[in-house]
Amino acid sequence: MMSVVFAVATVIFSQNFSFFPSVCLARSLLYNNAWLRADLIPIAERMAPVKHKILVLSGKGGVGKSTFSAQLSFALAAMDYQVGLLDIDICGPSIPKMLGLEGQEIHQSNLGWSPVYVESNLGVMSIGFMLPNPDEAVIWRGPRKNGLIKQFLRDVYWGELDFLVVDAPPGTSDEHISIVQCLQATGIDGAIVVTTPQQVSLIDVRKEVSFCKKVGIKVLGVVENMSGLSQPLPDVRFLKPSETGKHTDVTEWALQYIGERAPELLKMVAYSEVFDSSGGGALKMCQEMGVPFLGKVPLDPQLCKAAEEGRSCFEDQKCWVSAPALKSIIENLIPKRAAENGA
Amino acid sequence: MENGGYGEVLEDANEHCPGPQSESAGKSDTCQGCPNQKVCATAPKGPDPDLILIAERMASVKHKILVLSGKGGVGKSTFSAQLSFALAAMDYEVGLLDIDICGPSIPKMLGLEGQGIHKSNLGWSPIYADSNLGVISIGSLIPDPDQAVIWRGGKKTDIIKKFLKEVYWGELDFLVVDTPPGTSDEQISIVQCLKEDGIDGAIIVTTPQEVSLIDVRKGVTFCKTAGVKVLGVVENMSRLYQRLTDANFVRSSETGELTDVTKWALQYISEQAPELLGLMACSQVFDNSGGGASRMCQEMGIPFLGKVPLDPQLCKAAEQGKSCFEDQNCLVSAPALKSIIENLLPKIVGEHGA
Repeated sequence: MMSVVFAVATVIFSQNFSFFPSVCLARSLLYNNAWLRADLIPIAERMAPVKHKILVLSGKGGVGKSTFSAQLSFALAAMDYQVGLLDIDICGPSIPKMLGLEGQEIHQSNLGWSPVYVESNLGVMSIGFMLPNPDEAVIWRGPRKNGLIKQFLRDVYWGELDFLVVDAPPGTSDEHISIVQCLQATGIDGAIVVTTPQQVSLIDVRKEVSFCKKVGIKVLGVVENMSGLSQPLPDVRFLKPSETGKHTDVTEWALQYIGERAPELLKMVAYSEVFDSSGGGALKMCQEMGVPFLGKVPLDPQLCKAAEEGRSCFEDQKCWVSAPALKSIIENLIPKRAAENGA
Repeated sequence: MENGGYGEVLEDANEHCPGPQSESAGKSDTCQGCPNQKVCATAPKGPDPDLILIAERMASVKHKILVLSGKGGVGKSTFSAQLSFALAAMDYEVGLLDIDICGPSIPKMLGLEGQGIHKSNLGWSPIYADSNLGVISIGSLIPDPDQAVIWRGGKKTDIIKKFLKEVYWGELDFLVVDTPPGTSDEQISIVQCLKEDGIDGAIIVTTPQEVSLIDVRKGVTFCKTAGVKVLGVVENMSRLYQRLTDANFVRSSETGELTDVTKWALQYISEQAPELLGLMACSQVFDNSGGGASRMCQEMGIPFLGKVPLDPQLCKAAEQGKSCFEDQNCLVSAPALKSIIENLLPKIVGEHGA
């Protein structure tokens, strides 16, 4: 296969700076906003009564951005703040499900598009409300996605908000450039960056932190999600492995056996590090990149269930491993925003 | 697909751009104010010459497989990497193309971090993980791994086309294409570029919970709309399986404080309940009460390829850039992956080989 490759081989990457804009060029991306100029004033008018704007970002997909955005919004609403949650993941909008709003539609009034309200003080906007068939794919290139994001900001009537939380898809592309271009004039308080512990995530998340630095968005902090799995031992299923790879479920026997022979185990929690953190996890990345580390949220099947059912993890005791961690992170975060800006 | 195929929409185009190849390009009402209006109105129309160059490169590639998901973080790249390792181990000539431009994971997963792409008179050379497994990723073009690639869709499309035009793969049995999540520029572009030469199909990866399946269904619909055959769906992170002795044990106090009591617990088990020591613990981490991928496949009329358990050892193998098949560490995930790949191959190469 490796047929003769001739002698003059050049290493491309060291010479191909034309692919990669310098810092100056990256900032110039923000000014390349001809598509937006006519709408900057209407957007500024819509955003004028919004006190704080927070982006929830990650370079990596599936780390829990939407889960975090949803639970942050629930928590802020429970603290009696007026909250808006804007979902700019155009191809994969998760927010309607996570807020229990599937099947709902957007209504228009003379003031503009109305958010869909979970609570009287928690309104949500997502393309998920605009799809007649949830299986329908949104097969759009960048300009159409940009157009919708602009429309969300120009046409939605949020009213007075303490917080606008913006849930973004993974990456550093159209949606991210556009939301920054649309909102920067009116001020973005900062970005919360979500990751999981393993290197494969952190590689991408580092890029996201770099994006924030390049476009001038403050990193409020990094959340390490899925940071170890904790499960009460009685919730675990026990299997007897066989050489053929077909394991036998012996849970009933095992729990009885434990009950008789080792009852202390029934009060124990089994903890596993599912996603490898031997690279130092998010904490080490934060130290290296000079950004705040907000905390860890354990991998909690009950939090996953809450997301599936569109519930706040704070409303009952089921998410007993993850809710305290989330609460602590949010309580540390909000005084930073409220105190600095006199909210 | 988007714009009825009337050419690549430019990155700073107006929202309802008719497409630069359309007869109304530069002339329609929606073109007013667009920075490209003058160019579009005067440029000649016709087939994309890049597609001809791409076809020449792809002529020596027998099978092209896309690995897709509507959802991020479900294990597309892990699956692409392990599929490539497996095919290479079966002595096939394999190319792995990573078109996740903003978050390229493939170099790490193949143990190729820090390696650069070389150019020869035949074109760009893939980086070889093995003599029969070559890899191309933007990750190998970025000198500083922390550097963000802040590109709109148009530039991402350009680099994807460049990969397809410039890379000299040679004779390949399989080209595996790892994609980012979504149904946007990267997915539209790779289908537009490869469709002429034929895409064997797409493998769709998901995790069991509804929040993933909602997006994955959109990925399936994308394939149907784009005319790409769905070879099947893999349900990843299906359940967590671990040896009981690999877990840590913690005790929770009334105030919620957790204390690690692993050492005590293992001794306690050895003394009081030794039969537990040989057992595996299994947890349904990601809720599958909606029926998981299997039910989605039944509803959408597409093949279900199988489940891969959530295996911390597979995660470790990905971190270390290793094949999960080369040792016995991934004892729960490797057999599942092997079974899926062995079921998959006949769908691509037919019953009697490539």
